[in-house]
Amino acid sequence: MPLLRTFIAATWALFAFALSAAAVEVRAAVLRIDRALPLPISRLDIPPEDLGFAGAVLATEDNQTTGRFIGMEFTLETRAVAPEAAENAIDALKAEGVGLVVVLANGAETLALADRAGPGVLILNAGARDEALREQDCRANVLHISPSRLMTTDAVMQFLMWKKWPRLFLIHGSHPEDAALADAYRTSARKFGAKIVEERLFEDTGGARRTDTGHVLVQRQIPVFTQGAEEHDVIVAADEADVFAAYLPFHGWEPRPVVGSAGLIPVTWMPALEAWGATQFQRRFEKLTGRAMREEDYQVWLALRVVGEAVTRTMSADPVAIRDYALSDAFELAAFKGQKVTFRPWNGQLRQPIMLTDRHVMVSVSPQDGYLHQVSPLDTLGRDRPETACTAFGG
Amino acid sequence: MRLALLLLPLMATPAFANKIFVTNERGNSVSVLDSETWEKIAEFPAGNRPRGITMSPDGKELYVCASDDDTVRVFDPATYEEIRTLPSGPDPELFVLHPSGNPLYIANEDDNLVTVVDVRTREVLAEVPVGVEPEGMALSPDAKVLINTSETTNMAHFIDTESFRITHNVLVDQRPRYAEFTRDGTKLYVSSEIGGTVSVIDMTAAEPAVVKKITFDVPGVLPEWLQPVGVRVTADDSRVFVALGPANRVAVIDGATDEVIDYLLVGQRVWQMAFTPDEAYLVTTNGNSNDVSIIDVKAEKVIRSVQVGEQPWGVVVAPD
Repeated sequence: MPLLRTFIAATWALFAFALSAAAVEVRAAVLRIDRALPLPISRLDIPPEDLGFAGAVLATEDNQTTGRFIGMEFTLETRAVAPEAAENAIDALKAEGVGLVVVLANGAETLALADRAGPGVLILNAGARDEALREQDCRANVLHISPSRLMTTDAVMQFLMWKKWPRLFLIHGSHPEDAALADAYRTSARKFGAKIVEERLFEDTGGARRTDTGHVLVQRQIPVFTQGAEEHDVIVAADEADVFAAYLPFHGWEPRPVVGSAGLIPVTWMPALEAWGATQFQRRFEKLTGRAMREEDYQVWLALRVVGEAVTRTMSADPVAIRDYALSDAFELAAFKGQKVTFRPWNGQLRQPIMLTDRHVMVSVSPQDGYLHQVSPLDTLGRDRPETACTAFGG
Repeated sequence: MRLALLLLPLMATPAFANKIFVTNERGNSVSVLDSETWEKIAEFPAGNRPRGITMSPDGKELYVCASDDDTVRVFDPATYEEIRTLPSGPDPELFVLHPSGNPLYIANEDDNLVTVVDVRTREVLAEVPVGVEPEGMALSPDAKVLINTSETTNMAHFIDTESFRITHNVLVDQRPRYAEFTRDGTKLYVSSEIGGTVSVIDMTAAEPAVVKKITFDVPGVLPEWLQPVGVRVTADDSRVFVALGPANRVAVIDGATDEVIDYLLVGQRVWQMAFTPDEAYLVTTNGNSNDVSIIDVKAEKVIRSVQVGEQPWGVVVAPD
């Protein structure tokens, strides 16, 4: 075996030589805005320290494996800052000459960062799902890797219609993001012909998230809370703030399934996925981090793979060239979703299938069979071109 | 005249019956069919998640990638007994055997390596670092150039089989799955599953380069489901067959012009294919309908389908 090792080392040395001869540097960063949040309902959801960053490390390794064949060198910076330090952080990255920034932040923060960075910097939104960011507040220097809320609610609604479960009991939380999600469910229900037979508000009254034997109260309170609702096929939970949805399955007054923020959940990634060649990808990530891949990790990985693909095809590290290629008809990317992902040229949103999971296995994937579209079945998810309010892309 | 008379009875004799071996990815088994009756004559356990399958040129050894066992299992094609295993690295999926019967070149997806194994001594002869998720493997007819496709890097890597060095890297479309040379070695076909194309690479130029991309279009089938995987070329290079995955079709391509002539309806999620030695028939594995389709190569028609095990994946036909 020592001979073999020497041989491998020699091969690597050869790559290194090729690289130093004519390497073009592609500098990217991940900027994560961390706010102080209450604990999640389930300790399985406690965010790891390297949330999102781990996906970036894997993507950079993947890009570099290709880069060494073509004389490109991909580098990565990761920064986690508080909301008040966000502007300084983007200024610093810009001053260092980093022109490709993946952002994990909420909608307002992402918008502020895009405006602050200006047209020479390409922002890849891997977190915020707000509709406005893709519509009236869209910016030409932002590509959206994460789906909009409406894409995820459409994914759920198509499945419910396929199941012939059109009568919905919508329960939403009291936070602004819950209201936005509930709005998306109302829009999706109208779009696909489902009917919201009743709505209830679950008020967040605060208090500790962690109490010993809290399940005793949950088992008494949730049935009563859901009692006496109009005849429905499913409960739809809109609870982005993670206050109550996880308590709904099995506790409803009527024996009905739960979808949305609990039960059957729309996601961009799940660590159990093995279809479409995902097994090796999951293993690479787990070997690197010692943990399972989360949606944020996948979205950041995908953002940097978009960069890698554009660089490989254009041989340019220029953020504007990368953006233009990503939005062109030539761009396509395999993303372990069974079909290629591409961008909507009118607002920079990535088209992508949305998986539906009970967090144990993949239950289904939308778009569902039979939802056809003149351009791409993926455009049956979310707002389509004729309805867009975005003008920054020349549309 | 006398010659013709002599030949006539020979020609009238039906072709030899050959055993056809099909790996069943979910069934953890290999189904054995008879190429004369097309009946299933046996099924034997083949380890966990058997996928890629090939055979020694003398027909005495059957090699199966047992992906979830991280090994290549070698079986006796007569008795179906396991003879030994070969070191493959984790999760072997596809491989190609040198025409002399040794060595075996294995795509090692987890480690971004191509592993070269001596099938007699079980020794690892070389490990070649390639792109992310190596998959498709092909050898040029003169066995001097080894091709590996890497699914996430989207390249065909050209490897010199003497020095084990990469000589060229050619970018193709998304998720390249399979590579196949023409018999005369002048062209290489690389299928891109997610890109939906087959790249035609000219091997006669100083540097190999993509000269054409074959695209597919089947009325009534969503373009997203036209996912080319397995590729087979006839010995006279006149026809190229491409399995189109969830489109449930095999495309027939003119080997001279590289234009699609026809689409043949086969079973569901068609991935890999193999000719009978006389090239009278092409057998396709249909993963989601648990069967294989038999194509009459000359007529370019599907003549029947045969039920095999659960989720058939790879296929090899025993030599005469």
